[in-house]
Amino acid sequence: MKICVLVKEVPDAAVEKRMDPSTKRLDRSGEKNLNPFDTHAIEAAMQIKEGGKADIEEVVAVTMGPESAVRALHKAVSLGADRSVHLTDDALAVSDVCATGYALAQVLKQEQPDLVLLGQQSDDGECYTIGAVVADHLQMPSLTQVIKMDAEGGKLRCERQAEYGYDTVEVELPAVISVGDAINEPRYPSLKAIMGAKKKPLDTKSTGDAEIDTSRVGSEGKRTAVLAINPPPEKEAGQIIEDEDTGETVEKIVAWLDERKLLA
Amino acid sequence: MSGILTYVLHYQGEFNKNSLGAVTEAGKLAKELGGEAAAVVVGEGDDLTDDLCASLGKYGATKVYRARGPEGLAQPVVDVMAKVIEENGYDYALFGGGLLGFEIGAGLTARLNAGVTMEVTEVKVQDGKLVADRPILQDSAIAEVDYVGTPGIIIGRLNAFEMAESGDGAASVEDVEVELSDWSTKARMIERGEQRGADVNIEDADILVAGGRGLGKAEGFQLCEDLADALGGAVAATRAVVDAGWYPYAAQIGQTGKTVAPKLYLAAGISGAIQHKVGMQSSENIVAINKDPNAPIFEFSDLGIVGDLNKILPKLTEAVKAKKGG
Ligand SMILES: Cc1cc2nc3c(=O)[nH]c(=O)nc-3n(C[C@H](O)[C@H](O)[C@H](O)COP(=O)(O)OP(=O)(O)OC[C@H]3O[C@@H](n4cnc5c(N)ncnc54)[C@H](O)[C@@H]3O)c2cc1C
Ligand SMILES: Cc1cc2nc3c(=O)[nH]c(=O)nc-3n(C[C@H](O)[C@H](O)[C@H](O)COP(=O)(O)OP(=O)(O)OC[C@H]3O[C@@H](n4cnc5c(N)ncnc54)[C@H](O)[C@@H]3O)c2cc1C
Repeated sequence: MKICVLVKEVPDAAVEKRMDPSTKRLDRSGEKNLNPFDTHAIEAAMQIKEGGKADIEEVVAVTMGPESAVRALHKAVSLGADRSVHLTDDALAVSDVCATGYALAQVLKQEQPDLVLLGQQSDDGECYTIGAVVADHLQMPSLTQVIKMDAEGGKLRCERQAEYGYDTVEVELPAVISVGDAINEPRYPSLKAIMGAKKKPLDTKSTGDAEIDTSRVGSEGKRTAVLAINPPPEKEAGQIIEDEDTGETVEKIVAWLDERKLLA
Repeated sequence: MSGILTYVLHYQGEFNKNSLGAVTEAGKLAKELGGEAAAVVVGEGDDLTDDLCASLGKYGATKVYRARGPEGLAQPVVDVMAKVIEENGYDYALFGGGLLGFEIGAGLTARLNAGVTMEVTEVKVQDGKLVADRPILQDSAIAEVDYVGTPGIIIGRLNAFEMAESGDGAASVEDVEVELSDWSTKARMIERGEQRGADVNIEDADILVAGGRGLGKAEGFQLCEDLADALGGAVAATRAVVDAGWYPYAAQIGQTGKTVAPKLYLAAGISGAIQHKVGMQSSENIVAINKDPNAPIFEFSDLGIVGDLNKILPKLTEAVKAKKGG
């Protein structure tokens, strides 16, 4: 069995994310990192591989992104992936969800995985949708926000929280699953794995290599257009107390609550 | 004709409130556009009666397409909606908040090569087209997004579209035969809507003390329970701690939990993710205790305390008791 994990490079959590007003695009100039939600997808792949119930030949990390995104692939490999695929091409810049999902699916068609894993969301775009888009293109069953997954006999038994409580769903392979962050506690890469990551096979693909119809991606193919980036509605800033002397802090909280008649 | 199609989720014979909000919104927008609002329902039992389906007319739908298919899964609904859109030429598909709407909307995006926006808080009509307000980057900005070509897919934020009766009559109900795609039948619901943990009530409480991952472990909830007892309130939770098994699902606030609006909502160790915020932002007074001064929850708190909850909560409980006793 072969698992492909979709991973994305995003601004580092410590960077304050902002839109570039001139391009209406995210300012990606700062420090970047592997999307933290994707480490759960890699860990899920590793746990299936190490669990022994399914025979996993390889785990392949796949990304679409600019040149710098190679570092996200290195990190994915240091966390356990056997090799990686980097789809990169100027024609792909500014792709929206519709275009990104299509392009990633084209790469995955060449890989022919039995299971595609994704994170629950990217930390920058927060669109929550790539998994279901990819699944429809690949004509595979799919679930998002899965927090428990057992692979056995060509099937996955998945659990997730939906609108009315927890659902248990059985999914036949091949399938596309995005995992919720409660599914596992991702491991830290060993120093040896970090050092070795650059030596693992990395396949760089252009749109031509992946047989992507360029009229369906990038600025030409996108189906959404950002007209403006506006500030959120004004809201009165709340009061902030830094807790230095807890006795004093608590007194202030009680006074605040009492003023609002919440201690009646 | 410019029409809007919505999906209406139902469970145990009742329509989902957020879906009804989407129907209401679609009805309003369709009138402005000069088109019709229609709804799709999909079910396998007999609970989708003619009367129940026709009742969607009250919220503004003129037509309801009813199809047979498995419940609680997105892909069969994608098959139905794609067929209805292709045969009847709807220009937009609109969804209320929740989880299935995201998955169905995403599936349609792929199937129909259609643009999609999500977490949408407002939809406007401009030059005969719909434009979506889509908050981004933890609600620090709002992107105004337009669609290239049709259809356009709009996935609303939980509670963004309020349900309201529009005074219109019954909707006409049409049964549609849809052959499900082969892959849509390869996911099978084994158990739906399992309630993990005790059946607690947080919706009627005037005061809620909500706990998150910052409590560190299940036992950490004792700190919240003690404070809630002192304040005369109940205890609520985030998805992170419910998924971890620290607290019952019935106490969860947010996108896949409850929506609450108490007089006081006090958060301990909660970051303030959008999916949590959407379930509590109408609370009258919001207080947050978090050790991270950059936690998003401080952006929408009336009173924020930057500090360690393990130090603050026990003392606060004592101080509240003393104040109330005195
Ligand atoms: C602030 C902001 C708002 C945006 N809003 C919209 C919008 O409303 N509509 C729209 O169509 N586009 C939008 N986009 C563009 C969109 O984010 C990109 O097309 C993006 O590549 C896909 O969305 P996501 O990363 O948010 O995916 P999500 O669906 O949140 O990501 C889920 C998972 O998909 C995988 N994944 C996502 N992107 C890649 C990738 N490039 N390579 C490999 N795996 C990947 C990862 O496993 C990830 O965990 C927005 C972008 C930004 C920065
Ligand atoms: C489709 C979907 C649906 C979702 N539905 C829901 C939902 O219904 N409800 C919901 O809540 N979430 C939901 N989520 C999850 C949501 O995105 C967040 O992951 C979740 O709300 C985070 O929970 P948390 O605040 O407890 O944990 P974290 O985000 O981990 O926050 C913990 C906080 O505790 C603070 N902290 C740690 N230690 C201390 C200390 N000693 N003292 C003080 N502060 C401390 C930290 O600084 C941090 O801010 C959903 C997500 C998705 C994608």
